[in-house]
Amino acid sequence: MNYFELFKFSPAFDIDTAVLAERYRELQRAVHPDKFANDTEQQRLLSVQRTAQVNDGYQTLKDPIRRAEHMLSLRGIDLSHETTTVKDTAFLMQQMEWREALEDIRDSADPQESIDELYDSFAAYRTKLTKLLTAQLSSGSEEDALLAADQVRKLKFMAKLHDELTRIEDALLD
Amino acid sequence: MALLQIAEPGQSAAPHQHRLAVGIDLGTTNSLVAAVRSGVTATLPDENGQHSLPSIVRYTQDGIEVGQVAALSSAQDPKNTIVSVKRFMGRSLTDIQSGEQAFPYQFEASENGLPLFVTPQGQVNPVQVSAEILRPLVERAEKTLGGELQGVVITVPAYFDDAQRQGTKDAASLLGVKVLRLLNEPTAAAIAYGLDSKQEGVIAIYDLGGGTFDISILRLNRGVFEVLATGGDSALGGDDFDHLLQAHMQQVWQLTNIDSQLSRQLLIEARRVKEALTDASEVEASLTLADGTVLKQLVTKAEFDSLISALVKKTIASCRRTLRDAGVTADEVLETVMVGGSTRVPLVREQVEAFFGKAPLTSIDPDRVVAIGAAIQADILVGNKPESELLLLDVIPLSLGIETMGGLVEKVVSRNTTIPVARAQEFTTFKDGQTAMAFHVVQGERELVDDCRSLARFTLKGIPPLAAGAAHIRVTFQVDADGLLSVTAMEKSTGVQSSIQVKPSFGLSDTEIATMLKDSMKHAKEDISRRMLAEQQVEAARVLESLNAALAKDGDLLTSDERQQIDTVMAQLAEIARGDDADVIKQAIEVLDEHTQDFAAKRMDNSIRVAFKGQSIDNI
Repeated sequence: MNYFELFKFSPAFDIDTAVLAERYRELQRAVHPDKFANDTEQQRLLSVQRTAQVNDGYQTLKDPIRRAEHMLSLRGIDLSHETTTVKDTAFLMQQMEWREALEDIRDSADPQESIDELYDSFAAYRTKLTKLLTAQLSSGSEEDALLAADQVRKLKFMAKLHDELTRIEDALLD
Repeated sequence: MALLQIAEPGQSAAPHQHRLAVGIDLGTTNSLVAAVRSGVTATLPDENGQHSLPSIVRYTQDGIEVGQVAALSSAQDPKNTIVSVKRFMGRSLTDIQSGEQAFPYQFEASENGLPLFVTPQGQVNPVQVSAEILRPLVERAEKTLGGELQGVVITVPAYFDDAQRQGTKDAASLLGVKVLRLLNEPTAAAIAYGLDSKQEGVIAIYDLGGGTFDISILRLNRGVFEVLATGGDSALGGDDFDHLLQAHMQQVWQLTNIDSQLSRQLLIEARRVKEALTDASEVEASLTLADGTVLKQLVTKAEFDSLISALVKKTIASCRRTLRDAGVTADEVLETVMVGGSTRVPLVREQVEAFFGKAPLTSIDPDRVVAIGAAIQADILVGNKPESELLLLDVIPLSLGIETMGGLVEKVVSRNTTIPVARAQEFTTFKDGQTAMAFHVVQGERELVDDCRSLARFTLKGIPPLAAGAAHIRVTFQVDADGLLSVTAMEKSTGVQSSIQVKPSFGLSDTEIATMLKDSMKHAKEDISRRMLAEQQVEAARVLESLNAALAKDGDLLTSDERQQIDTVMAQLAEIARGDDADVIKQAIEVLDEHTQDFAAKRMDNSIRVAFKGQSIDNI
């Protein structure tokens, strides 16, 4: 399923998320099971299936990583079930450093300050990766697509780091 | 009840006729029914003017008592008076007995470990007890509104898992009532405040009931309520405040070896003191023992606050996590809505106000707000307000996963995903010629199966015998708008649909429900086969009525040939439905279903086309 088509977007990485949200609500009004509460069982079932697609499409297009993955999969590069990892040594070193920083938070003098600093550095790095990704996805070349796939893998690493940081922050607050 | 309502196709209700539908708040402590009448939404009182029905059911030799009558006997006959049955819904007996709380009931375990209450009326399960609470509410509504209900919306805590939701729906099925939607309580509250007609923005709903705590974060935009995240604790509520106070008084009075009757008395007194402390800074607790001794003790608000402070803090921590899941901060929250009787506790209000930095909305009675919202939604869903812009997009509260090697969980749908949702996963056989495969579906956030709630086990059968790893089975997990799971499976290379037998871990199997339905019919001394026939006739009439409405609206999507074919098959069904063979009617419905498949798909596509009308790609 091409979610860009479902939401009437041309397949580009830069999409207007406000427009996306607006179209999502319009689509929901058109297909949601509550709009077919008095209809036949058949129509209701179909409505559940369509709404599920709309929901999945929205989640896919809303999230930059998933949107990029979707674009790549439409071009024949499937990242969702792959086991390939990043080979960029500098990147991996940086990951290890950050992982150590995560472990040190608990013992630091001001945990919240360390957390905030890490959030900032993660965000800055993500912005850098996303910039590269945007450029590589907009070019039509196969080579750029493969490079883009690498940015997506890196962004997934970053998302995991971010989640872990969130968990640590939660544990501190509870 | 609804089963007896049969309309001949030509004589079906006029499309603009007001249809009767109600909202029911099936609460832990109290239950309510509400309806929209002449544009006004209100809860419906019983003949004594009482709006709320205590969710208490007593089983005696002579029959079943529900509500206030049962509540009065609660202290004398705790063993047969079931209170807070909602806490038992979708739970195993082991779950219940591993908790700290002791219950005065005599339990038996059902075949699959469900709790059965042993009563003078025989063994009853939580679904049946809940049906007894729903029964007088439905009767009250039909009497007040003067007709049979076309459907009901029943509310459930947002945090309810699949088994708990299914149990609630089953309870309504036992009464033969059509459930239009299971609505999450917090969402219902937001509707009741009419927030949909007001501003756009983020709303937090803090719902502390008798037995459950829910926090939901919603985004509102032109009538669409989108639940961003929900969190909470399905085993924390005002009842726990009572128990803490009960334990405190028991300690102060140095009561030991207390029996279940005294314990219930103490609990009732604890509740009274808690409620009185809402408006007073100190209250005198008193207890009369069996020997006539009267014990007295002053309880101050400060004492009470310190007893419950840890629990209230726990709810605030939930709020913080849920805001985080929703991706918003406390400052972004426009309004906070308070739901549930326990939000009357001053400490709760203080803490919520402090956390969100604004005074919460409390103008609608927190005990009635949920039922009122449910009634508004029921009115819309049943078709009385076709122009309504209101749409609710809910999320699944807990992740769904399946058990993999080593007792680990593989997540299939993560929590806070908007529903309906469908996810497909592929599996393969690991033995040559393997024709069956077993699955275990769980719900929860932890990595180990043992730490999650078991939802169901199912077996895929009829896999074509192939070499190990050659069969690719695509299993689709679908969660509908009510948050209920269904599973389908297909072998990809051959397209063979595998059959699935789902055995709910803590719910009732289809067979059990059928048996319970039959039992209830026997009870009503009705002829089962006649009932089955009536049921199919009603179903046929429903299908024809809905299709007629669809054809009137979207008939122009069909070519005249297609239209003629559908008309013919519809006429056939109408004819067959006049006969007296339930199975033949059922088949005729299926035949009509096949003939209208394309029409259904065309309608859906058209609906989308209309929604996007006038919009070119990338532009609004």
